[in-house]
Amino acid sequence: MEKNLKKVDIIFETSDRCTPLEVLEKTLKRSPDDIILDLIDSGLKGRGGAGFPTGLKWKFTRNETSDVKYVICNADEGEPGTFKDREILDRVPEKVFVGMVICGYVVGAKEGYIYMRGEYNFLLKGLLKKLDDFNQALRKRNIDFTIYFKSGSGAYICGEESALFESMEGKRGEPRNKPPYPTVAGYNGKPTVINNVETLVYTTMIFHMGAEKFKELGTKDSRGSKVFSVSGDTPIAGIYELELGMPLHEFVNEFGDGDTKAVQVGGASGHCVPRKKFNDTIIGFEGIPTGGSMMIFNSSRSMYNVLHDYLEFFTEESCGQCTPCRVGCQQLLKGIEAVKRGERPPSYLDDLKKLTATMKIAAKCGLGQSVGNPFNSIVDNFREEIIY
Amino acid sequence: MLTTETLVKELVEKNGRTRNSLMPVLQGIVREQNYLSDEAMICVAKELDLSAADVYGTASFYSFLDTIPRGKNIIRICKTITCHMQGKDDIVNALSNALKIKIGETTHDKKFTLLTTNCLGWCHKGPVMLVNDEVYPELTPQKALEIIEEYAKKTVI
Repeated sequence: MEKNLKKVDIIFETSDRCTPLEVLEKTLKRSPDDIILDLIDSGLKGRGGAGFPTGLKWKFTRNETSDVKYVICNADEGEPGTFKDREILDRVPEKVFVGMVICGYVVGAKEGYIYMRGEYNFLLKGLLKKLDDFNQALRKRNIDFTIYFKSGSGAYICGEESALFESMEGKRGEPRNKPPYPTVAGYNGKPTVINNVETLVYTTMIFHMGAEKFKELGTKDSRGSKVFSVSGDTPIAGIYELELGMPLHEFVNEFGDGDTKAVQVGGASGHCVPRKKFNDTIIGFEGIPTGGSMMIFNSSRSMYNVLHDYLEFFTEESCGQCTPCRVGCQQLLKGIEAVKRGERPPSYLDDLKKLTATMKIAAKCGLGQSVGNPFNSIVDNFREEIIY
Repeated sequence: MLTTETLVKELVEKNGRTRNSLMPVLQGIVREQNYLSDEAMICVAKELDLSAADVYGTASFYSFLDTIPRGKNIIRICKTITCHMQGKDDIVNALSNALKIKIGETTHDKKFTLLTTNCLGWCHKGPVMLVNDEVYPELTPQKALEIIEEYAKKTVI
């Protein structure tokens, strides 16, 4: 069941007469269990990339017994090709704040934190003012919840939830072993809901428009819409909110420059889809899921350069904690360079593919585990470009 | 100008004397002094009751917490694929020639450090650079040079 490409306007819409604070007041009149049921029913899955059902995350955290719990907004948007969270925080931050407060009410948390990447610090001045006003509005309404702000300092890995907690605790951003999951032991070892910026806005909007209306969008496995960051060889690069479940060929028709060779879906850690597979690729959790990054490459681009760029990125951004990722990323990079120079036979690429399989099993977190996504999809589909 | 010790004390006072405030304290020092000197890190260690090695270990993990001296203005040019495709090499070359430094170096007058960095989140408006906290998207070599000239004028060492 696929959907046609359809632009929607939920995240950024401000024309509606209902303000975020009104959504908050309306929602806080309902019982937490009712809110969770609604959210589970909506089918909303995390919009950061991993796609865990948001309602369940809230439910698990609610079920934990603890005096202190936290709500954290993950604004450490570092995936190459993604820039939607910056736009959301710039244009509709109140919708994010409201999502956090409702979450706090549901799970029993009194503190919320926004962890935003240091690269977006230019937003701080405006954002902190709005946050201040919002916290005051909460106090005026006797709502016992405060949102604080934390800044990152240039580390892609801190977008991984447990690395983000480590960073907030003043440590190196090295991912933790899981389990325990954040819903049990997150920030400061306490039960924590950590949601992506966009996910939090969708929770606000679901409570505003109702789960039923949200469910009408998308497919059975991918409910709703999603904000896409479109870049690369396209005449209309930018941010678009689209219904989930569309076939990639429709996306390419709309956004490509007529000469699209491949689309990297899901950023550097995502999958590269070549032209011949546009027709049977669905963008959504049943096909290729994405945190929103869509990088379009036309036939003038060397896919070797693209892969080389991604591998350099991972080599630099690997936290270095676990050997499969630290050494694996380096060896993949050195490996394709050696094949290109002719120092290694083309069959060496198959050895490198085995290495990505090992990394997928043995690496501690999503970074090392997902390097195989771009590697295998580019090597399999553009092998001759890597070799010659 | 504040001495390092006073600055650290102020930051610790403002952010709290716990491990959780290490990042904001280090970020505050970088904002004032452009990098984390040994002296600053030792001060922080003392104030937060951590080992200096632990402070250095944390700082050196983050690319925005420099532990070597940097210029008054830090230029970070995005080098990730879409900015690459949109001509970031031309920007790097233009600035490198104008400032007479290579990537990773600081100008003799200590006004600028030139760095490249991973995705800055402006893929639709590349090439892009940060100068300190400010962002400059949709660059051309000419535009980049003009921006740097402005900074050069208003920076007093």
